[in-house]
Amino acid sequence: MSVVAGVDVGSTQTKAVIMDDGRAIVGRALVETGANVVRAAEHAFAAALREAGLLEEAVDLVAGTGYGRYRITFGNFQVTEISCHARGAVHLFPGTRTVVDIGGQDTKAIRVGPTGEIVDFCMNDKCAAGTGRFLGAASAALEIPLDELGPTALRAERAVPISTTCTVFAESEVLSWLARGKKIEDILLGVHQSIVSRAMSLMRRVGIEQDVTFTGGVTRNVGMVKALDDALGFRANVSPDSHYMGAIGAALFALDRLAGRWTEPSATEQTP
Amino acid sequence: MALPPPIGRGASEGGRLFREWFAGLEQAGDDGAQAAYVFVMGSLAELLRVFDFRLVFPEINSLQTAVRRVAHEFLSEAEDYGYSPDICGYVKADVAVQLRKGAHPMGRIPRPALAVLTNACNTYIKWGEIWERLHGAPVVTLDIPGSRTAGGETWPGDPEFERDRAYVLGQIQELIGVCERVSGRRFDIDRLRETMAEANDMSEAYAQVLALNRHRPAPFNAVTDGTIYLGVANGFRGLPDGTAYFRDLLEEMRYKVARGLGTLREEKYRLVFVGVPCYPIFRRFNEMFAEWGGAFVSSTYLWFASGGTDLAWRYDLARPLESLAEGLLVSVRHAMDSMFFQDRMIAGMLDDYAIDGVVYHPIKSCRTVSTGLADSRRALAERHDVPSLFIESDMMDRRVVSEAQLKNRIDAFFEGLAGKRRG
Repeated sequence: MSVVAGVDVGSTQTKAVIMDDGRAIVGRALVETGANVVRAAEHAFAAALREAGLLEEAVDLVAGTGYGRYRITFGNFQVTEISCHARGAVHLFPGTRTVVDIGGQDTKAIRVGPTGEIVDFCMNDKCAAGTGRFLGAASAALEIPLDELGPTALRAERAVPISTTCTVFAESEVLSWLARGKKIEDILLGVHQSIVSRAMSLMRRVGIEQDVTFTGGVTRNVGMVKALDDALGFRANVSPDSHYMGAIGAALFALDRLAGRWTEPSATEQTP
Repeated sequence: MALPPPIGRGASEGGRLFREWFAGLEQAGDDGAQAAYVFVMGSLAELLRVFDFRLVFPEINSLQTAVRRVAHEFLSEAEDYGYSPDICGYVKADVAVQLRKGAHPMGRIPRPALAVLTNACNTYIKWGEIWERLHGAPVVTLDIPGSRTAGGETWPGDPEFERDRAYVLGQIQELIGVCERVSGRRFDIDRLRETMAEANDMSEAYAQVLALNRHRPAPFNAVTDGTIYLGVANGFRGLPDGTAYFRDLLEEMRYKVARGLGTLREEKYRLVFVGVPCYPIFRRFNEMFAEWGGAFVSSTYLWFASGGTDLAWRYDLARPLESLAEGLLVSVRHAMDSMFFQDRMIAGMLDDYAIDGVVYHPIKSCRTVSTGLADSRRALAERHDVPSLFIESDMMDRRVVSEAQLKNRIDAFFEGLAGKRRG
């Protein structure tokens, strides 16, 4: 039996999965990325191996993805998270034609063709507005833990519109609404809708086609899932493994390479 | 003894000509020569050389500050003066050059005695007004009619074209009067014939060089090498040195084609570049494509920033002024079409150049070039199954150039191209 790993070093969290050649996930782990990217990748990989009950030697190939992919010292090759999220989404939900990934600092929309190939993609540029970081700012401003933001927003009666597109200014706007006596849950619903509005804009650019699969760390927020479904007018696919989608895609590419189905070299990191 | 192979001559000679050109500008103050400020889209170099004006291309001066990695100093100076970060980076770098009394990394830029511009870019017009206020230099703006509709060009003999030509000719005649007054020289139509003849030969060779990239592998990189050629095409238009340069370049490229010499060890993907280059990381930008085997075989920049020279319009020397008006009209119109309706031209070359992908590079500080790119990309995608990449940065301002973000998108684009090829 062959075993591969996918390690996704994101800006906020690092995810790792161990996958066997039957495409079953046998181990998974999630750690905070922090300042030491190399150590985060090692820790996530080691934790996923522990869950799988395997030693590192048992892993035939490791694929890295995410912004820190070139810092994965034990990785064999790298694939962008754009390709990995698309690949993982189509694997878990074969009807996927549009992928929306909302992560810590990135939001990306990807349109895939009938055979899973990437037709187009689009990402937020130079600014973290409309990403998970926006939720982090709201969490800090309202002094509510991140994992309570979604459930709180679901209790809202009437969303307070958040108009700024800047994550830093959004914090000030949230505080100004609080000062004007608006309810926290209504403000939070506005924050969720604001993020979804940015994601919808990116999705429209690539063309929204069903099924839509929602991936990334923000999928754990029930308020975001609801807000996205409301904006779409239908339910997006979400899996308990959506948070790991990049790592899952990377592992699938590793299986491809192991089987000789993908032989092109990946890009190498070069510094100017 | 056999001559050494001409490989690399275009790059080295281009560099030499450029240095000489800037040295000539520096001398302008000492030798009494007057400077005419002009733009790459419709410079009218053929006419201005008749009056011995030394041509200054502020767009080229500005991009040179970015290539030399000092643009941020110039942009900051203009912003301290009051310009917004959102204003065209070329304008701001030039304003800083003017505030520094011409001090520039390539040498001292002389003050303008005259500025000549067209409406090919609406910023040109405001830019000219800045020089007018700073230096009191006369500014002549030529209003060149563009295409009325996409693909709706008219040609000599069409009533609409003839009306447009007469309109442009009248403006050129007015310009001649201004040039005589500013320079103190009489207009000499035979000298105009000479500069137009040089422009004819240079344009023909330029177009032939571009067409040689139909070959696989392509003999030159349309973004990195092409930008050098573009500089010479603008700075030396109408001069024997410019004509000789492109004749030699043609020889070099034919030599490379005959021997199957390209720009990469293995040319895997043939790409078209749409927009203006990312000068703050000029070489690195190309490397991010080259490391995947991606070669830029064509670039719309070589069309519009050459003022439409790629069209190789030939002047009729028997009727120089009428023909100059005709050529200016056709080439500037072609330059504008290359910015606004380039999807048609790209569609026409997909098979001919065996294009694997199109790279759109809108830039934050140039709305003229960038505004229609999303629409153009969509139009191309609706009619042709050709993958494309849309990445935004800037031609001057490193604050909005994120190499990590660019690389991520470029890598994903190539992963997609590889997947498409695998089937």
